Amino acid sequence: MELQKFTYDNKITRLFMNATILWGIVGMLVGLTIALELVFPLMSGGISWLSFGRLRPLHTNAVIFAFVGNGLFTGIYYSAPRLLKTPMFSELLGKIHFWGWQLIIVAAALTLPFGFTVGKEYAELEWPIDIAIALIWVVFGINLIMTTVKRRTKHIYVAIWFYIATFVTVAVLHIVNSINIPVSLLKSYPIYAGVQDALVQWWYGHNAVAFFLTTPYLGMMYYFIPKAANRPVYSYKLSIIHFWALIFLYIWAGPHHLLYTALPDWAQALGVVFSVMLIAPSWGGMINGLLTLRGAWDKVRESPVLKMFVVAVTAYGMSTFEGPLLSLKSVNAISHFTDWTIAHVHIGALGWNGMMTFGMLYWLFPRIYKTQLFSTKLANIHFWLATTGMLFFAIPLYFAGFAQSLMWKEFTADGYLKYPNFIETVTQVIPMYGIRILGGTLYITGVIIMIFNLIKTANAGTFVATEDDEAPALESHASVIDKGHRTLEGKPLLFTLLALAAILIGGIIEFVPMFMVKSNIPTISSVKPYTPLELEGRDIYIREGCYNCHSQMIRPFRSEVERYGDYTKAGETVYDHPFQFGSKRTGPDLAREGVKTGPLYKPNSWHYNHFFSPQKLVAESIMPPFPWLIANELDYSKISKKISVMQTLGVPYPEGYANQAKDELLKQANEIAQGLRNEGIDVTDTKEVIALIAYIQRLGTDIHRTDGSSAFTNK
Amino acid sequence: MSAILFLIVIGIIVAAGFLLIFIWAVKSGQYDDSYSPSVRMLFDNEESIPDKEEPLKKKS
Ligand code: HEC
Repeated sequence: MELQKFTYDNKITRLFMNATILWGIVGMLVGLTIALELVFPLMSGGISWLSFGRLRPLHTNAVIFAFVGNGLFTGIYYSAPRLLKTPMFSELLGKIHFWGWQLIIVAAALTLPFGFTVGKEYAELEWPIDIAIALIWVVFGINLIMTTVKRRTKHIYVAIWFYIATFVTVAVLHIVNSINIPVSLLKSYPIYAGVQDALVQWWYGHNAVAFFLTTPYLGMMYYFIPKAANRPVYSYKLSIIHFWALIFLYIWAGPHHLLYTALPDWAQALGVVFSVMLIAPSWGGMINGLLTLRGAWDKVRESPVLKMFVVAVTAYGMSTFEGPLLSLKSVNAISHFTDWTIAHVHIGALGWNGMMTFGMLYWLFPRIYKTQLFSTKLANIHFWLATTGMLFFAIPLYFAGFAQSLMWKEFTADGYLKYPNFIETVTQVIPMYGIRILGGTLYITGVIIMIFNLIKTANAGTFVATEDDEAPALESHASVIDKGHRTLEGKPLLFTLLALAAILIGGIIEFVPMFMVKSNIPTISSVKPYTPLELEGRDIYIREGCYNCHSQMIRPFRSEVERYGDYTKAGETVYDHPFQFGSKRTGPDLAREGVKTGPLYKPNSWHYNHFFSPQKLVAESIMPPFPWLIANELDYSKISKKISVMQTLGVPYPEGYANQAKDELLKQANEIAQGLRNEGIDVTDTKEVIALIAYIQRLGTDIHRTDGSSAFTNK
Repeated sequence: MSAILFLIVIGIIVAAGFLLIFIWAVKSGQYDDSYSPSVRMLFDNEESIPDKEEPLKKKS
């Protein structure tokens, strides 16, 4: 048969590779900064865009979508054409994809620190950026799928399957979770509220881990490990089972993030069952990866690339064992809201994604630059720094998580909380936070050494812009050169995917808004919408990222009810667009902070002083000061618009309330400010802090309303 | 809890989509041979990049 000649483009691989390295170091340095801030809370120096709540989303977004994102694109753009024996479908689409993605990252870096956020973890980016992500993702998808269609091998290697599943599922997840109604260019409210929003968010959040951080990297595992070891994967059959089992199970595991919350029990149980089942394909995959190196362990000893892969796959095994474990309700009762979760994700991020990426880079650079790696010794040093760094990061946090959780739950013999003062449980774990900083520093040092090593490698070699290859054409393809719909019919794969996308987008646009809005009707009659001032305060709470340290979800445990007040009911959250349950208690839960008879209640003046300087009131607090909230004028120019958007979402403000909102806001602000002035605090009515205090004092109070009073007249 | 229903519907659509693709894959003979693809992927056209850190062995 006639051989066709074609070339692989290394330029696009190189672009993604360099972006991976650049954003990797940026994301990690931001991570190191916020780790330092937890030990030195005054470090942000009163600069809003350096404070923990603003930078933490930047860290997670940078590491996930910029570092790992570019990493997986590197792997895909390098391996997919070679596995399919054809160049990528379109160089132009590749370029649009690359530059579009980098622009999105820059947009994220320019919005998140300045408080433009939706306030949903890992989906913080505002709606114009969300739209850009969807478009660029589709560009990537077309490029990938058309490359598969144009392939010259009949068989589609398992790695490609993983890549395609990544594209399809992430597209669905992103679109479903990002349906927000804009208030302005950089402010929007999610269409879902409260528990519903939480469910959609964690369905997304969990599957983002599954289909952004896991499946593409598994595809890369099935390409780069066999390549680097020069031996076939241990069992190809197992890899196929791994793939199909994994994608069928993963979709259903999301509710394990909401155990013991107001989510219906059966949904929680569903999440638990699927999470536990997930261990089977995950470990099948891990074993398959590791056993690929059977009989090649001598190579592992010499090759830093293989060493990194081994640690990566082991870390994958560890975190996929831990995941099901953490999904068990009894374990989750201990682990949730603690640093255990942080340790867990970093085994995945530093171990699995980090080490896979580094191994891949050490393997790719010499090939793309047609030379030897500058220094194997430095790469080995990097390996050890990364491995020990990871351990110094995770182990103290396991310890911290355990210690903190046990302290939260401990009662004295007389039936009182042993550590009623939350701050005691914070100071206990600060030394662990210190060791974590050491771990992170080791890890980053390794990355810096890698960058030096790779630059030296690149300088020593000459860049191979394109590589030639040849293969016979695929027979079945010769006949389908014709254009239009016939091509589609000939390509069941592409056709199915496009149909799927069409059904989904159509269904979502038609049926979600009406469905969601109706279902947000309250089930607890005393629960009322936020007043305009409280709504503005809530937006400040979201803007400052308070949810990164504070939960608003009291679970039905004696220890929590005792510490925080009555457990949270689903009906209390029906006007929360977005929900603010949080996932980590670096500070105490705030769900009932406003309840006058509750265990946490503080007067307005306390909050005022506390926001200005937490350390003045709680000497050992690690909450950052928020002096700008005291200084800034509240921008309430959009309040009418906000109220009408809320009305669109089904929040029952009275007809025409949007027009009164401004007056109501000013009236309530005046009351609070006057109260503060009476206590000798020099403050004007319309400072941001006034709105935030209004919101904080509203938290959890609705079901404690005794007089049936309401700010509104409609009920 | 209409969000649950909604997500289940989406989940089922996605799963059904994957199922169709799976059936297509099996029917079209993708998995008839579950060994040689793992070996075939090891062989690239190596001639253009000769001197590597640890050159991959060519067919012998
Ligand atoms: C770095 C993590 C962190 C961030 C970010 C943070 N807090 Fe805190 N917060 C804490 C810690 C720790 C405490 C407990 C010590 C204390 O009272 O200062 C606390 C305490 C509080 C308390 C007092 C709770 C009580 O009754 O004892 C309130 C209210 C509060 N925070 C509100 C906020 C708000 C509002 C924001 C956002 C503007 C915020 N926090 C951001 C960590 C944080």
